[in-house]
Parts: sequence; C-alpha cells; structure tokens
Amino acid sequence: MNLSRGTRIALRVAMIVGLAIIYVPLFVVLINSFNADKTFAWPPTHVTGEWWSRAWQNGGVRSALWTSVKAGLGATAVACVLGTMAAFAVQRYRFFGRETVSLLVILPIALPGIVTGIALNNAFRTVLSPLGIQLGLFTVIVGHATFCIVTIYNNVLARLRRLGTNVEEASADLGADTFQTFRYVTFPLLRSALLAGGLLSFALSFDEIIVTTFTAGAGVETLPIWIFNNLFRPNQAPIVNVVAAALIVLSVVPVYIAQRISGDTRAI
Amino acid sequence: MRFTRLAVVAMAAVSLLAAGCGDSDSSKGGGDSVAGFTPPKIPALKSLGPGEGQVNLVAWAGYAEDGSNDKSVDWVHPFEKATGCKVNTKIAGTSDEMVNLMKTGQYDAVSASGDASLRLIAAGSVAPVNTNLVPNYKDIFSGLKMKPWNSVNGVAYGIPHGRGANLLMWRTDKVKPAPDSWGVVFDANSPYKGHITAYDSPIYIADAALYLSATQPSLGIKDPYALDQKQFDAAVNLLKQQKNNVGEYWSDYLKSQQSFKSGDTVLGTTWQVIANGLTADKVPVETTLPKEGSTGWSDTWMVAAKAQHPNCAYKWMDWIVSPKANAQVAEWFGEAPSNSKACAETSDKKFCDTFHAADEPYWNKVHYWNTPISQCLDGRKNVKCVDYAKWTQAWTQIKG
Amino acid sequence: MMSVTSPGGPVRRFAGLLHRRPSIRLAGLLSVPLLWLVIAYLGSLAALFVTAFWTTNEFTGDVVKVFDLGNFQDLVNESVYRTITLRSVGVAAAVTVIDSLVAFPMAFYMAKIASPRAQRWLVIAVLTPLWAGYLVKAYAWRIMFSGSGVLDWFLSPVGGHGPGYGLPATTVTLAYLWLPYMILPIYAGLERLPNSLLDAAGDLGARSFRTFRTVVWPTVFPAVVAGSIFTFSLSLGDYIAVRIVGGRSQLIGNVVYDNVGTANNLPFAAAVATIPVAIMVIYLLAVRRTGALENL
Repeated sequence: MNLSRGTRIALRVAMIVGLAIIYVPLFVVLINSFNADKTFAWPPTHVTGEWWSRAWQNGGVRSALWTSVKAGLGATAVACVLGTMAAFAVQRYRFFGRETVSLLVILPIALPGIVTGIALNNAFRTVLSPLGIQLGLFTVIVGHATFCIVTIYNNVLARLRRLGTNVEEASADLGADTFQTFRYVTFPLLRSALLAGGLLSFALSFDEIIVTTFTAGAGVETLPIWIFNNLFRPNQAPIVNVVAAALIVLSVVPVYIAQRISGDTRAI
Repeated sequence: MRFTRLAVVAMAAVSLLAAGCGDSDSSKGGGDSVAGFTPPKIPALKSLGPGEGQVNLVAWAGYAEDGSNDKSVDWVHPFEKATGCKVNTKIAGTSDEMVNLMKTGQYDAVSASGDASLRLIAAGSVAPVNTNLVPNYKDIFSGLKMKPWNSVNGVAYGIPHGRGANLLMWRTDKVKPAPDSWGVVFDANSPYKGHITAYDSPIYIADAALYLSATQPSLGIKDPYALDQKQFDAAVNLLKQQKNNVGEYWSDYLKSQQSFKSGDTVLGTTWQVIANGLTADKVPVETTLPKEGSTGWSDTWMVAAKAQHPNCAYKWMDWIVSPKANAQVAEWFGEAPSNSKACAETSDKKFCDTFHAADEPYWNKVHYWNTPISQCLDGRKNVKCVDYAKWTQAWTQIKG
Repeated sequence: MMSVTSPGGPVRRFAGLLHRRPSIRLAGLLSVPLLWLVIAYLGSLAALFVTAFWTTNEFTGDVVKVFDLGNFQDLVNESVYRTITLRSVGVAAAVTVIDSLVAFPMAFYMAKIASPRAQRWLVIAVLTPLWAGYLVKAYAWRIMFSGSGVLDWFLSPVGGHGPGYGLPATTVTLAYLWLPYMILPIYAGLERLPNSLLDAAGDLGARSFRTFRTVVWPTVFPAVVAGSIFTFSLSLGDYIAVRIVGGRSQLIGNVVYDNVGTANNLPFAAAVATIPVAIMVIYLLAVRRTGALENL
C-alpha cells in the first residue's frame, strides 16, 4: 500500500511505543516475581527464587486456575450456543424488534460490571435460594455467559453476513435437511469465527473479577478471586506476581494455537 | 477477600440492642446489657458424643487453613487426624453472607463477627454453647468471655477466637516527635500534609468520634458507635477537614505496607501485623495505642442450632482455641490469640508481647467495632442515633 | 445428531417441519437467547431497580418493601453525588480518548503495514496482557506511580517525577487495562477496509491525511465507537483500580460498592447504580446509528 515514507515510519514508531507501554508493567511484574522484598520495593535490591518455589507448592493456586478454566469454558460454551442462535435469527430472518436484539446482546457488557453483579446476585438469592440452589460455580458461569454472548454473536453475525445464503440453499437443493445443512455446511464455515469469538469470550471470563465477586458462591475461588484474596494476605503477595508472570508466558500457547487453527486474524 | 471482610468486621461486635458495650470499662459482661432482646429458646448440647465424621464450617479467609495456600500453614489436617472429623470450609466474604449461609442449615459452626453474632442469636440460627464441653475455654482470656457480642443474659453463645486493635503508626525517621495522640492525624495544619493515611471504611468515623470524646467533652460522646446527629456531624466535619491532609486511604494489608515503605505515607492507622511486616523489612516504623484509646475487632466461633454434626463442631471449637492451633491461626492472620496458653506455642516467642495478647489494661482501651443503629448503643433513650447506612453515605461525602 | 442418517426418522421429520415453517425456525432460534437475556438479565436488572424505591431494615438488613423516593431525593439533593458522577464520566471519557489515540496507529500498523506473519504475532502480543490478571496489572501500576517507584526512578535523572496517586494515575491505569479492547475492534475494522480503496485514494492524489479523513475514518469510526463502548463502560463501572492507585479519590463504582458491600444497603446502591446505567443506555442509543454495535 502506498503511504508516504514519513507516515510509515511514524506508524512503526507508534507501534513500538505502544508495545513498550503494554509490556513495561508486565516486565515490572516479572522482575518483581524475583524481588526479595515482600512489598515489591523498587528498584529490587535482592533477587530470590523463593516465590517461584513457594508458588509451585501452592495447591490453592492450582485449584483456582482449574476453577477459572471451568468457568471460562462453561461460560464460553453457553455463549457459543446462545450467541450463534441469536446471530442466525438476526441475520437470516426479518422480524419485529430485530434491531433491538443487537442492543440487548450488548447490554450486559456495556453496563458497568458492578451493576450486572449486584443485579444477578440479588436475583440469584431471591430466585434460586428458595429452590435450594446456592451461589456456586454454576452462578458464575451464568453471570459470565451473559456478558460473553456478545463476542460470539458479533463474530458469527459478521461471518454470516459475508457468507450469504447461497451455500445453504445449494445444500438444501441437494436434499440436506436443516440440521444436516448446519452440521456439514454452515458450521464448518463458522468454525473460525466461533473460535475467535470464543477466545475473546474465554479471556473476558478468565480475567473477570467484579461480576465474579458477586456471583461466586462462598467456596468458589476463580483465579482473579484467588489473586484478590492473596494480595491481601500477609506475605502472600509475591506469589501473586509469580502466578501472573507464569500466566503471561503460558497465555501465548492458547492464543497462538487458536490463531493457527483459525488462520484468520480478521475474525478476532 | 480481606478488605471486604474487614470492612464488614468493621461493623462487627454488634450488640445491636446492647448498651454500654463500646465503653469496655463499664461493661460487666453480657447479662446486664441486652434490654428487650429475648433469643429463641434453644438448648445447648448436654454432653459430647462420638464425632460424626465431618463438620461444615463457615469462616473468614485465613481461619481454617489446610495448607493449600502455604504448606506450612495447616491446622485443619492435624484436626482431621486427631478427631476423624473431615473439615469442609466455606469462606465467607461478608457478615451478611455468613448470616445467610447459616440460615440454610447446612453448616455446623461459624466464625462470626460481632454484628453477625447477635443477628444469628436473634434469628435462632445458633445455639448456646455449653462451655463445659470445650476444655480449652478455661484458658481463654477473661476479657473476651461473656461479652455483649458473644452472650445474652448470662448465657454463652460462642467461643472467642481472637482480637486486634487499630493502632497509630509512624515512620520514626520522618515524624518527630513521636506522637502519643490521634491529634496528630487530625491536625488541620499538619506538617505531614499529603502523607497521612486513614482506614477506608465508614467505620473510621468511629475513630474520629473516639478522638472527639476525649478532646471535646462538651459533645458528650460516650460510645463512638452511638452518635446522635450532632455528635455525628462533628465527627464527619473533623474527617472532612482531615481529608485535605490525607495522601491515600488504605483498605488492605499490601497497600498500607507499600506506602509506608516507600514513604508515600508516614503517619496513620494500621494493624499490628502490618507494622511487624515493615519492621521485618527494616522500615523504621513504630506503633502506639494512643492515649485516647482506639478501635478494634473481636471474632467468635458459634455452633448452629440445627447442626448435623454437633460433636465435630464442638471438637472444632475446642481445637481452634487450643493453644497450638490458636497460636497458628493468630500468627497467620495477625491478631492476638484468645487462649492464654497460645503464647507459649507461637513460633515467634515475642508474638504475644507484640500483640499485647495478655495485656488487659491495653484491651480496656480498645472499643471493639460495633454496628451503629438508630437506637443508641450507649443506652440513651431521649435521642436517636445515626445508623450505619447513614455512616456509609457520610463516608462518601467525606471522600467527596 | 445420530439419527440424521435415518431418513424419515423423527429428526428428519422435525427438520422438514422447520424447513417448511420459517416462523418456527425463527422462534426456536430466538427463544433461548431471548429467554436468557430478557428474563434472566433484564429481569434481574428490573428487580434491582425496583428495590431502589425501597429501604432496608437496619437491624435485620432485610429489604422493606414500601414505596419510598428517599433514595433518589438523597441522590439529587446531595451535591457530592453530582461531583462523583461528573468525575466518573470525566475519567471514563479521558480513558476512551487516550485509548483511541494510542490504539489507532497501532491497529493501523497491524492491519495495513505489517506482513501477514508479523500480523499474527502482533495480535498475540496485544492480546497477551489480557491474561496477566487485572489486579496484578493494577498493582504493577501502583509500583510505577509510587513515590519511589519505577516512574520516578526513570524520571528523576532528568529532574521530573511521576504524578503520584490520584485521578491521573487512575486514568492511566484504566486506559492501560482496557487498551486491548480498543485495539481489537479497530484492527478488525481496518482489516475489512480494502487496501485497493486506500491505493485508489492515493492514486487519485489524496495525501495521507486526506485519505485518512475521507476514506479511512468513515469506515473505521464505527469500530472506534465499538471499542469506546468497552473502554467507557468498563471505566464507568470500576471500583478496584481507583482503590489501588486513586489515592484518596473515589468513583461512582465505589459508592455502589460501599453501599452494597459493607452497609448492605441494596436499595440505595440500586438507586446510585441507575446513574451509570442511564448514562450507558443513552450512550448506546446515541451510537446505535453509527453501526458500532455490530463492530464489537
């Protein structure tokens, strides 16, 4: 593409500066995970590997990580189903109130988390408690799924718009029924869009703390809640840095795999 | 969730209808203080049978550690080994959550803070405790027994767990001379402007009220949790004036420790455990219980009225106040143990001295956190006091 | 789906019915998502806002269901709530502006200049911080802004020093936290913009700036607005970052949190919560025409 040389250089510099801004605090976290000082005094005067070995032996963080993964996968699965259904309805049909669906889907992410959090908390306690269902992992998944729908919905909607209906019509003409068409024709075409939306949805759920605070049952500890609790426990804060540093490194794996599978950066 | 938890423990030590409990010198135990409050008749356990194999607890984070956060911090597994009672813990974030969880009837025991404790008693969620079945009860400091928040009409409802005070801390290299009064944090012309800290919770209004009770006797403040409108407004005005000098409000351990270490903060309220952490890191700080006294907290283990595992619950209550376990939990959480013999078991031999565990004159100066309600806690009948919802809204105004 | 292979089976017949009756298909597709969003979500919100007209019993903490406008009177009469609202909106707007200014050139570089291979890595690089944990990043910024922290450490040789804790620190921290949510939609929007269009503009003699104004901006604007929904709303609802780096200041999220979390005064918290909700709904309705809602 022809851009003036100056513009190109300026953009390149902006990119580098932007990445630097993104990564400097993460490097601070990484360095602090080796900082012998318990309150991360800067600059570090002594280096230690103690936090890494203590984090490694910490059973709480592993179970919290597992809880977070379960919550993220559960919420993403629900969001995939609901988001795809809503996207199909809006893209393939004309009906009264069609315009409102987009607004409705976006509302849970657009309204402040604390509002969603206390509203769901209030509803769960008044509706579910009499039924004997306490706040737990289930309610976390419900809460997360609510604001994750939008990521799937928008990705699938954009993909459906691009696909048009030709292939589906061809499939029907060849005798496939509605379900077969979806399974063998539409779904494969949607897969990368779902993957991209699902990844963002998982990330949203994985780092969510405010809605989680209000929807998690007393015994449910997702990773952000674990971090929250441990930052405020005497002498546990350095371990949090280790966990964060490890997560940053580990996170490259799922993102990269997803990128490879989808082969389609546009959809994210 | 430590800061939520403390914000709520802030409301602790309830005694909703109790009179005079904030003034520890005049409180003579639970019996005389609870007027017009009759708990449901629930019998205490008469004798201890064999354990039921498990026990379900509702507890604050850090009260029932099983080694999953730190391998060396574990008093749950030894309990399970000794009694055969498997422990299932629900960590509660707030007192309200505790009250709601106990209402479900699925739990056997709870580490209730003051506000929760009397609500639990009034709702019939918890039963009186037969202290004869808790052998270690005899070693608990008398200053914690039969208090308005753990007994009603002379009947014990719980086993005291531990306590702490909100102290005044300063950087010895930056603050001279060493302060002995809260006046130094409320001074409008403070030389430490911008470097003062205060606890970020509505309950901090009580600290201002406590200071005013000493410096402005004409206001007639007897209990910092029982403030009529005039007294309340005076405390709020003092805090609005203090805000100009505050660098930041703190609500959690790490934040407080960091800012004292960096010197962003040189003066303000703290907990003993924070001061200890700083001293260990060689930060020149010192703490004191100022001459006006201070605010503080105290928690209680209670047993559910419909406990499915009452024997294991009693065994747990006895365990958690046994010298060794009580020492462990006190050291991990950073509070004064309730068992006098715990002091011999702490890994840091000076632990009880630093936390003043056995220092009753010290604790007499501590006004344990209470929930302010419109019926004045100090027994005044002719005025209405300001309730906690209004305290919260005033706190918003103070921070502006 | 195992019976799809048996023609004439119940699934097949059901599929046939669906094929003949689009309205049933539509109803099937819409019912579940709408049940979830309308009943579970909007229902919860409605239930919350009804409580705003109630009060609490100070002793039991139970909500007293008697209609009462006192909560809203307090909100209107006390100037402090106006101040806090304006401050929160100001912070959210500043965060949004900062994020769009930082994000746009980065997204443009990623979408239009970087090679496809570099593109993939850059997307990963931008997404990575999302996994580091909100609190950890917020505390990292606390260290940056501390009086003896990283910023001062960098700036002191040249005689400068950081802004310390307060609203500027809060704004920077929030902008940092939500930056990826702004970069991604803009990047996706730019990807959809055909290179040929840019080249055509260039061939017709448009300078960079003119191309930007007449070709790029109209296409990307909805994406920027879409990103702003994230940054604005996430900032408006935040109460944690300001506690960590905000010094002594507070935002509207803190007011809601303090009332519900520590005072157990759900009715008043609900009343306060109507403010950010109203702001966001107005914002969404205003930007709906731009097509931003399809660009999230």
